[in-house]
Amino acid sequence: MKKYVSEMEVVENSMLHSHYCLLKLRSSNPLPEMTPGQFVQVLVDKSPNTFLRRPISINFVDYQHNELWLLIQLVGDGTKRMAEFKVGESVNIVYPLGNGFSIPGESDSDKRFLLVGGGVGTAPLLYLGKRLKDLGFQPCFLLGARSAGDLLQLEQFRAQGEVFVTTEDGSAGEKGFVTNHSVLKERNFDRIYSCGPKPMMIAVARFAASKGIDCEVSLENKMACGVGACLCCVEKNKEGHNVCVCTEGPVFNSKELTWLN
Amino acid sequence: MAELSVNIGELRLKNPVTTASGTFGYGVEFADFFDISRLGGIFVKGTTLLPREGNDYPRMAETPSGMLNAVGLQNKGVDYFIDHIYPTIKDIDTHFMVNVSGSSPETYAECAAKLDALDKIPAIEVNISCPNVKQGGMAFGVTCCGAASVVKAVREVYHKTMIVKLSPNVTDITEIARAVEAEGADAVSLINTLLGMAIDAEKRKPLLSTITGGLSGPCVKPIALRLVWQTHRAVQIPIVGLGGIASAKDAIEFMLAGASAVEIGTYNFIDPCIGLKVIDGIDAYCDRHGFHSVTELIGALEK
Repeated sequence: MKKYVSEMEVVENSMLHSHYCLLKLRSSNPLPEMTPGQFVQVLVDKSPNTFLRRPISINFVDYQHNELWLLIQLVGDGTKRMAEFKVGESVNIVYPLGNGFSIPGESDSDKRFLLVGGGVGTAPLLYLGKRLKDLGFQPCFLLGARSAGDLLQLEQFRAQGEVFVTTEDGSAGEKGFVTNHSVLKERNFDRIYSCGPKPMMIAVARFAASKGIDCEVSLENKMACGVGACLCCVEKNKEGHNVCVCTEGPVFNSKELTWLN
Repeated sequence: MAELSVNIGELRLKNPVTTASGTFGYGVEFADFFDISRLGGIFVKGTTLLPREGNDYPRMAETPSGMLNAVGLQNKGVDYFIDHIYPTIKDIDTHFMVNVSGSSPETYAECAAKLDALDKIPAIEVNISCPNVKQGGMAFGVTCCGAASVVKAVREVYHKTMIVKLSPNVTDITEIARAVEAEGADAVSLINTLLGMAIDAEKRKPLLSTITGGLSGPCVKPIALRLVWQTHRAVQIPIVGLGGIASAKDAIEFMLAGASAVEIGTYNFIDPCIGLKVIDGIDAYCDRHGFHSVTELIGALEK
């Protein structure tokens, strides 16, 4: 898939709760095809301690309006500066990068998909859920967060499919972690897609493996180049080799990694 | 439109702008962004005789105006390069130069000898300055006799242009430069990364698995510029300058300090098209200042 470096215009930048922002960028040219799970590298200027681009997963693509949505958790100086991007400002991005989630084909028409996200890791699942729904599937979402204030875009998720929620403090949905949710006992799924904190994804991958469910996970290792040149963002694969998350991933089938050992 | 070609020993580059090893992959990673054949050359990823897995994750920490890396020369080995990478790059119209590392003078030489046989690889960059490997690497680059031993062994088997990449982590870089010149190096490139460290104060832990790593990016430029200038006054062989170049202006400063060509490294991550911008910017500078050839810039500081 061809990569681009482009200037895009900020058309909206709104805070979601206290430490997340939803940045909507508009391209003057028609957006190329992007697979859910791919990411972009955002240039963050006017932030003295921020040198590298910030890898951000694609939250949603609105092809009708040529908009690319990024859901950002405000963690450090770089992401805080991104929350200050003003409407009308131009943002330089390199995109689309990495390999996305496997998109089911016609032979999968009877398959059931569960999309499990934690915290800001729910971001790519919105675009994935939309794609699955457009293809005629009925995706289910299981979204986990620390507390109700960390649950993001619930309305948009509900527009794509059924949504189940857990919070660690019990302030919304079932109390506990996503892997404790009752839906996992009550229903059967053929594939789980997951993105979130690594311990959560490992738990999800192990649960899936124990049930014989196919499982894809999206990693967010620290990156520099984003295009497979620097070899900084590596993860060990099951053969024990270091592979670049930016080009071999960020989405991996959990069987390819060492997490199930 | 000035004449942009420069010579590194007997090797003629169409312009002085190359990309540094470990920051530009094998070039093809950046081919979507611009026509990479416009570059004067591409120094490909550090290559060793046998495959190396490199260091454990985390290998990277961002710093103000730069970054630390501790990749540790992860690569699939020279045979993999010859069989799988070389066929895909050999017809691209720029000079691909291979950065070579080893754990002993013999392994450097054996790797170099294999590359000597490749028609379309006109040069190697002998890396005696990687700070991220336990054996070899920088260990050879910090003493005159260590540096000389590697260059001597490689020179016996390698017949094309040999550029030796020097470490800034030394007391006097000019001594090392003279030692490698005496053993027949055709050029030196400098600087490799500066040994540094980063700590997560909240967790009270180092940010790199190896604790220390190599610092690169615009933050190192003044140091690199000084070392190029000192080395230029110490040796006769050409210098390829690198360290924090982020613009044509930076590249010109390196040439004025004495570099015959430059490598762009970490900034490729920030602006994947920077190589092209530097070439065009140098051209415009020459026109603006009335230079007919970019070679007029080399060491041309006003007294």
